[in-house]
Amino acid sequence: MLVARRSRHRASSSAQRATLLSLLLALFTATALVAAPNLEDERVAARRSALDLAGAWANDGFLLRDGHWSGALKIGAAKVLQVNLYAGNQYWFTLAATSPAKKVAVSVFDSTGKHVATEPYEAGARAAAGFAPTLSGPYYLKIEQIEGEPSAFALVYSYK
Amino acid sequence: MLSRLFIFALLVCGSLLRGQELTPEEMATAATGESISLPMPGELFAALGKQGKPDWSAMVRKTPASTFTNRQQLALNLGGLIADGYLAVEAQDAQQVKNAARDIKALAKGLGVEQDLINRGNSIVEFAEKAQWATLREELEAAQNEVITAMTAHQDQDLVTLVMLGGWLRGTEVVSTHIAAHYTEGAARVLRQPAVVQHFVQKLATMPKKIADTPLLNVVRTGLAEIQKATLKPASILSAEEVTMLSELTKSVMNAIVLKDK
Repeated sequence: MLVARRSRHRASSSAQRATLLSLLLALFTATALVAAPNLEDERVAARRSALDLAGAWANDGFLLRDGHWSGALKIGAAKVLQVNLYAGNQYWFTLAATSPAKKVAVSVFDSTGKHVATEPYEAGARAAAGFAPTLSGPYYLKIEQIEGEPSAFALVYSYK
Repeated sequence: MLSRLFIFALLVCGSLLRGQELTPEEMATAATGESISLPMPGELFAALGKQGKPDWSAMVRKTPASTFTNRQQLALNLGGLIADGYLAVEAQDAQQVKNAARDIKALAKGLGVEQDLINRGNSIVEFAEKAQWATLREELEAAQNEVITAMTAHQDQDLVTLVMLGGWLRGTEVVSTHIAAHYTEGAARVLRQPAVVQHFVQKLATMPKKIADTPLLNVVRTGLAEIQKATLKPASILSAEEVTMLSELTKSVMNAIVLKDK
């Protein structure tokens, strides 16, 4: 009789502990979800900001490529993208990062890795580089976060 | 003291110089994405447009008459037709744009991705009727990206590569044929894209056998290898003979692509 009562008590305690644990876990998950920004939403926001700036080049007859490059960015961890460009065209590469970033930069390198001169545009968490290659072929875009906290970025490009 | 200052100056200069160059590792591990790293036919046509006033209408081809059942062939032709759409926009030929939109829709249906194109197809027709050529260029790329997104969702990444390849081959065929007939060094400068060829060669080499081991893809693979040989040279400008060879090679691969169920 006593053993049965103890066993029921133990089972009841285990159930209470399990419920408490589940509640704590749910609370932790909910807090984490609220606290951590959704990376996908951040990327969408960064892309919207990049498209907003790229709209300025559209007024000069530049056509916007539909594709984009996005991800996470932080100080000291530059990212490099390969693009293939045509001689004779003019290009604008437009980068935008979300608000934790304070300053970003985009630079262009040729197929041998040498830096090429570009027309720069820098405004806080947005930057762009205008470039007219004289040779067709692969080029590299290097994007960097100079100031601010880790952020999401998006890069789009336009040509004419 | 002076020697310390000298070493410090050297280090500063070294770090500044490093910032001016990418390391081989940075180049080797650079990100690439088919929707942004590979050029669209519209970019190639824009570059050719800077070299004079090409007769775009003369470059429009008769739409491939065949109906295809092989998915790889459908994908290659879809890419080719998107390039034809860009060409029709350059020629400012509304009817050809509408024809291309209709054919693109038909091929997309064969690939099971036509639902994703219904609205885009309608807007292409609408913009063609209103002669909004700049918007049409963006719509064509958006249409291609919608097809690509749908294919990616269906785990058909290899077909995405074939759509891009079909577009690049058709664009290069058009432009190299024009430059071969009106050769100038300036125009030939446009054509060389060794990294793009290399990308496609590598992608075809790593495709699963059941996709890549078909008579059509064997022809495409062989053709690409020859294109790579013809364009992979240290000098950055192709000679008149090399441009002619590129034109013939791309034409021969495109002819194989449009043959009924190759």
